[in-house]
Order: sequence, then C-alpha cells, then structure tokens
Amino acid sequence: MPRSNPASLSFPIRIGADDANAREVNVISWPNLISQMFNGLVLGALLALISSGLTIIYGTLGVLNLAHGAMYMVGGYAGFVAFSYTDSFIVAVIAGSLSVLVLGVLMERIVIRHFYSRPDEDQILVTFGLGICFVETIRYFFGSLSKSMPPPPWGTGVTSLGFMLYPTYRLVVVGIVAVALIALYLMLYRSRLGMIVRAGIEDSVMVDSLGINVYRVFMVVFGIGAMAAGFAGIVNLPVAPITPDIGESILVLTFVVVVIGGVGSFPGAVLGGLISGEILSLTSMVNPAYSHAMLFAVMTLVLFVRPRGLLGTVGRT
Amino acid sequence: MQTREPTLRAWLPEILTAVGLVLAPFVLPPLGFVPDTMTRILVLGLFGIGFDLLFGYTGLLSFGQSAFFGTGGFVAAYLLTRTGLPSVMLALFIGTVVAAVAGYLVGLIALRRTGIYFAMITVAIAEVFFFLENSPLADFTGGENGLPGVPAPIFYLGFTTIKIGSGWSMYGFIAVCFFVGIVIARRIIKSPVGKIMVAIRDNPLRAAAVGHNVHAYKMLAFIIAAAYAGIAGGLLGVMQGYMPPDAFMFDTSGQLIMQTVIGGLGTLFGPLVGAAIWLYLRDFLQGTLGLGASWKLALGVIFVLLVCFLRHGVIGGLKDLYEYLTGRTGTDAEPEPVAQSLSASSRVGLANEERAAAQPLRIRDLNGFTGPIIEAKGLSKRYGGLVANSNIDFSVDQGELRGVIGPNGAGKSTFFKMLTCEIAPTSGKIVFAGRDITGLEVTEVCQLGVTKSYQVNQLFTRLTARENIMISALAERRGSFRMDMLRSTDHLPGLNEQIEHTLQLVELDRRADVPVSQLAYGEKRRLEIGLALATSPSLLLLDEPLAGMSPQERSDTVRLLKSISVGRTVIIIDHDMDALFELAERVTVLQEGRILVEGTPDEIKANPTVQDAYLGGVLEA
Repeated sequence: MPRSNPASLSFPIRIGADDANAREVNVISWPNLISQMFNGLVLGALLALISSGLTIIYGTLGVLNLAHGAMYMVGGYAGFVAFSYTDSFIVAVIAGSLSVLVLGVLMERIVIRHFYSRPDEDQILVTFGLGICFVETIRYFFGSLSKSMPPPPWGTGVTSLGFMLYPTYRLVVVGIVAVALIALYLMLYRSRLGMIVRAGIEDSVMVDSLGINVYRVFMVVFGIGAMAAGFAGIVNLPVAPITPDIGESILVLTFVVVVIGGVGSFPGAVLGGLISGEILSLTSMVNPAYSHAMLFAVMTLVLFVRPRGLLGTVGRT
Repeated sequence: MQTREPTLRAWLPEILTAVGLVLAPFVLPPLGFVPDTMTRILVLGLFGIGFDLLFGYTGLLSFGQSAFFGTGGFVAAYLLTRTGLPSVMLALFIGTVVAAVAGYLVGLIALRRTGIYFAMITVAIAEVFFFLENSPLADFTGGENGLPGVPAPIFYLGFTTIKIGSGWSMYGFIAVCFFVGIVIARRIIKSPVGKIMVAIRDNPLRAAAVGHNVHAYKMLAFIIAAAYAGIAGGLLGVMQGYMPPDAFMFDTSGQLIMQTVIGGLGTLFGPLVGAAIWLYLRDFLQGTLGLGASWKLALGVIFVLLVCFLRHGVIGGLKDLYEYLTGRTGTDAEPEPVAQSLSASSRVGLANEERAAAQPLRIRDLNGFTGPIIEAKGLSKRYGGLVANSNIDFSVDQGELRGVIGPNGAGKSTFFKMLTCEIAPTSGKIVFAGRDITGLEVTEVCQLGVTKSYQVNQLFTRLTARENIMISALAERRGSFRMDMLRSTDHLPGLNEQIEHTLQLVELDRRADVPVSQLAYGEKRRLEIGLALATSPSLLLLDEPLAGMSPQERSDTVRLLKSISVGRTVIIIDHDMDALFELAERVTVLQEGRILVEGTPDEIKANPTVQDAYLGGVLEA
C-alpha cells in the first residue's frame, strides 16, 4: 500500500519559487506580476535544461528515461556531498555534474544497451525500476530529510533591477542555465559529435555501417543527457532543498514540458520549459492550487491542436 | 471445427480461484500472513486485474491508474461518510461508475497518442488528479487528511444479518468481490473483445487494417481498467475504514506496475501474486531481516532483475520451469518435415480447391452495384519534393483479376496504400462501388469490402494461425466495434466454420494451432493472404504475394490465387511476370509514378515501350 510520502505532497513549483513565497504573492499587481514572471523564468530555464536532457536521450537512443528525475536528485545529493567537504560552490557543481555523467554512462553501458532492441514498454519499465533503486539508495545513505546548500558568496543577497529587487542567486541560476543550454546547443548542432548524434537520430544502422561506433556515441549522449538533469539539481540546490523523492515531481513536469514542446526536439524542450515555467508561476499568483491543473490544461490543448507538440516533427513517435 | 472445451475444464481457473480463496485462511497464516495483509493483497489483486487487461492484454502501459483508484475510493468514501448514503454496495457501485467515466475522459486525451507519449500523458494526468484532490477539492476529500470513518457493509438476508467487520469477515467479503472480478475478467478475455485486445497489443496497424476500430477498443480497455481501479479503491476505503489521500499518488501507480510485472503480465493473476510477494517481502525484509526503510531498495533491485531476465514474471517463470521439468514445450505441435509438408500440402491443396469451388468463401455484397468496382481519378501522392504517384487514372471492373507491374520505385505500393486508404492522396479521388472513399480510414474501407495483403508480413505474431484468422473473421462478423465483452467466441454463429474454411483454403488447417513465430516463411505468406481473405473482401489487393517463394510454394500460391479470385475482384502487384501474365486478365504497368500502359498480357508483352522501360532486359536474359 502507498506509504505516506511527505516529499511529493509538497508543491513541486518549489523548484523555482519556494512555497511560502508563491503563496504569499496572491495579490495581482504589476510588481507582483513582474516578480512572478521572473520566478517563472527561473523555473522555466531549469525545466528547459532538465527536459533537454530527457529529449536528447529520447531523440538519439529512442529510450524514455523514467530515471531522469532521479538523475536530478542524484546530482543534487552529489553536489551536497562535494560542498560539505570543500565548502566550494564551483567544486560542488563540477563534482556533482561529473558523478551524474558517470552514473549515466554506466547505466547505459550496463543496462540500457541491452534494451535497444526490446519494446518501448520494457525500456520504460527498466528505467522506472532503476529510478526507484537510485531513490532508495540515496534514502539509505542520507535519510528522508531534505538537504540544502547555500548560494555562493558572490550570489547572495538581492539585486536591484531598477524597478524591483530580486534575489541575486536566482538571476545567477538563469545565467548558468542559459550558458549550459547554449553549450548543449553547440554540442548538438555545431560539433562533430552532434552531427553523428543527429545522423544517428535519423538512421542509427546507417551511421553504424559507415564505420562510426554508434553505441559509443549513445553512451556519451546518455551521460550528457543525465548530466543536464544532475546539473540542474545542483544549481537549484540553494533555491529549493532536495529530498530523495523530489525526482518524481520533476519527472512529471519534464514529461509535460516535452509533450508541449515535442518529444525529441531540443528547441521544443527549451520552448516548452519556458512556457511551462511561466504558466506554473503566473497561475500560482492567482491560486497556487490550480497551477498544475492549468499546466495540464495547456498540455491537453496542445495535444488537440498540435498532437506532436509545438516544435515536434514527424519521425519518432 | 474448433471443439468446445468440456465445461469443467473451461471453468477450471475459476474453480481453482474459488478453492484457493477458501483455503488461503487455513494455509497462509502459519506462513506469516495476517488477515489484514491477505485482504490488502486481494484489493491490490483486483486493482491489478484491470491493469493487466490494459497492459498485459492490450499493450497499453499506463502510469496513471492511481487517478481511477483514488477517484473510485474517494467518491465511495465521500458518499458513505458525508452524505449519509446507507448502502455500502451502492456507494462502491457509484464510485466504480465515476471512475469509469473519469477513465473515458482521460482516455479521450491520453489515447490520442501511443507508446511513450501515452505513458507520459497518463503520468501527467494522474498527477493532476492528485493535486485536485489535495487542494481545490479538499472540502470534499479531506485534503491531506483523507476521509476517516468509512463504514463496512451489512447484508440483510431476511433470515439473518451479516455484518462485515475487520479480520476474516472482511477477508470473506473482499474475496467474493475479487472472485467476481476474476470471473468477469476471464469472460472478457474469452470474448471477441478480449481476442481483439491481444491483436491490438501484437499489431495495432493490422488490427485496424482488417477492420477493427482500434481506438474504440483501446478506449474500452482503458475504461474497464479504470472501473477495476475504481472498485478496488472503494474497497480499500471500506477495508481500512479510512480513505487515504496517497491512493492518488504516483507511488500507487508505480507499485501496481511493479507488482504486475513481478507476478507476471497477461495472466490476470500476476498482480495478485506480485502483491503477495511485495507485501510478504516488505514484512520479511523490514521485520525479520531488520533492513528498515531499505526494503524498497531490495524490491527495486528484484524488479529490475525481473525486467532484465525474467520478462514473464514469477508466474511465467514457474510455467517455464514446469514445462522444462516435464519436458513439454510451450506448444506441443512439432514442425513438420519440409519435404513431407510440401507434398502433403500439394495433395491437400488439390482437395481444397475442389472443396473451395463447391463452397466459396463469403464475399461482401455490393448492394447490386454493377459499374467498375474501383475507380481512381487523377490520383497523386507527393512526399515533399518526391512524387510517388502522379495523376493516375485507374479503373477495374467487377470480377476482374488485374495485375500491376513496374520497376522498383515505380510507386506500386504507394498506389495500393492509397486505394486501401492507409495513406491519403495529395490530390485525386477514389471511388469504390460508386461511393467516394477518399479520406476514409483504413478500418472503414475494410468494412466496406476493400482490403490488402502486405508486401512485408503483418501478422499477429504471438497468436496462432487460427487466432490470426479469427481476428479478421471477427471484424467481418461483428463490424468495426461491438461491446460483446461477456460473450464467448465459441457462441458466434458461423465464426468457426469461416475460420476453418479460410484455413483450409490457405492450406494451414493442419498447422492451425501453431504460433506464427514457428511457421515457415511460405506458411506465413499464405497466412498473410488468409488474414485479408477472412475479412470477406469484394476487392482484394495483394502486394507481392509471390515474393521470396520457392518454385513449389510459388505454384501452390498461384493455384490459391486462382481459387480465391472466383467471384471476387483481385488486384495483384508482383515482379513474377510469368505468374502474373498467367493469372491476370489485364495488366497495368506503372513507371516513375505514372501509368505507362494498360492492356491484356499479350498486348503488354508485345508493347515496345514496356519492353524498353521494363521487360527488355528481362526478356533478353
């Protein structure tokens, strides 16, 4: 029977705007609106990054990774551990990202690789099971209480944007995530690896027969996709604490984002992420309880108007 | 003729279930199961029956069953605790109906897509249900507190009153509910609907192409699963005397999936076994081994290992082990020696031809229409810059046997796909028996009487030859959709005769109960034609029926084609010129997406353009 599970009872919008904040701002006014739009941007940027990871993996390998939310969580915990030893934000981000990269590579190499020729459902089931293993392993070592990390010294306090004051670190998050997204974009569209990846999306057998080791590329892509989620987990750690169960609500939001943007489309994930972030944030301003329902309503609308998502194309479905 | 199973044997699973449910209270407690745990296992098992029908049988992996579990549970609990509705059974019934309606509404959205989209959308929708329960509807559902005080049923039987309490009386009550659930589910899988569900899991494209409304059947499976979830949710509240909000959580769906996979998919009993293992291991790992909270990690690892290595779960594993130990293979049919098969099938073939002539297969009526059976006007298909078909005018008379030839890439298969409405033409019009069918669905067109056998086999690979033919025949007998869920396929008049007759015609009657995966290539090709034939088409299109066949198989198939074209219009694409010129009355030559020339076989052979474009090299060689 379902155990009571405090973490997922909480409101997932916490990843961008913490709960208390979101519930206080329920007066509709210009400053509030702008402030909420900024919150939406922070949340949207994070969702865009996490979702690009999911969508790159799906687009390249054809595998829907249900452990993707767990990757976010593992990244956060890895960053937390690195920070508690070094007290350095930079080290935490780098060490955390690298550990998720390694975890992703190992996961592909040991398990996922044997599932390429099996039905979609089997891939979904095995990644789902692996996700649970990751969550429970972390719970075993760290318990169920939430963990957090302070922002770096250069990112504390508030910054004046001229017309309003805004927490500096949240602006930093937007900046860091934007850089990460651009890096992903360059890797996918401007590098040799990216060319192989895009060719592999079209026809992996053909790429393989051209003498390129597609499976090694797959392994790298899986690692990078996982790292995108893990990176987001660390960067967001100063904004929203994590628990072992946090990945579940992240995963659900990620699904909505890629359904809206178009599964397998990198620009779609970015656009979908930003739209979703704003919807969640702006609806919260009116009534936080309805933000999920509103996001879902938009997803439904997109499904009816453009079944393949806003930027989705015919191809892998 | 399929022999009807003896009554006792057909009901064996139900009888064993009843015996098991009665014996369990005597057998399981010494093993460490308390009544409460056993009742809980039954609730989860009942929840899982619906999910197994949805995923194990129909192939739809939903991560959103918690939505219906919670809906059924909270509606029943609300009615019993807040409105003063006295009847527990009525409340459970209303909860089930509301869950089924919720299933229909969610299905409208989620079933627009398949595969991973479907899984993702169900996850998202279930999460919305959880949030709605938790905040906006908190006044009705108690929000994070849930609804306490759900009463247990009391049955007034006139002579006595049965008051269900906790412990064994609750076990008895829920065991009866579970038993009813199993009986209904077993009827569903033995009904035409159940057979079609499995066909959809195996090959949704072909299920649609032989004339089943795949979307409607998926919706039906989804609603059935939601109803099972609803009743199970209601029973959870009754059993605990409390309806917990975490019934709505993703965890609930996740556990359901894990329990079903651990127990064994497509068995109906898998979720029950899975839930028993799950709860037993939880108590064992937590209590006896003192693992504390990490019991779930152990279960997660077990689940991953099962998915990797034992795909059919515990029940499937036990079945395999039993068959291994007793030396029996899954299907006792041994492949016939090839040489014998060939000579035998030729002999049978001759006999069949006589029988077929005496009693031809059914052909759909054209309601007295007498003009050309199919006419295409200005048919074009473009894929971006690529022109596959360009401005094709084409007409075939009733009863004609038409051949279509052309070099590879001439657009023959595209042309066929347009005629059967698998793909829509970019421009142009298709008229079948005087009716404009342009833009119709492939299912509708098949129900009108046009179908096709595929160039690459599109069979229901996990079914036997007989079951394959049955899927087609069901579409013809029942139309594209019917909800005869509780009716056995044994009781459909004329169905078995039609299946037998089709099997004889394609010479598979002696291999009827062999799974498709064990059939030889030639047999699969004949089954492919049989699938199309069993829909009783008045216009049959055959896409390269002779491709890849040995000379013997080829001459057998040519004879088969001759016999099925009696009284039926047939269009054949093939590269086998000799066979086609022997069979066809007229031949159409396609080249680069256009009609090059049309005429009798002799005219085509003599035509210099054709020789130049296509036959030249062949004839000289």
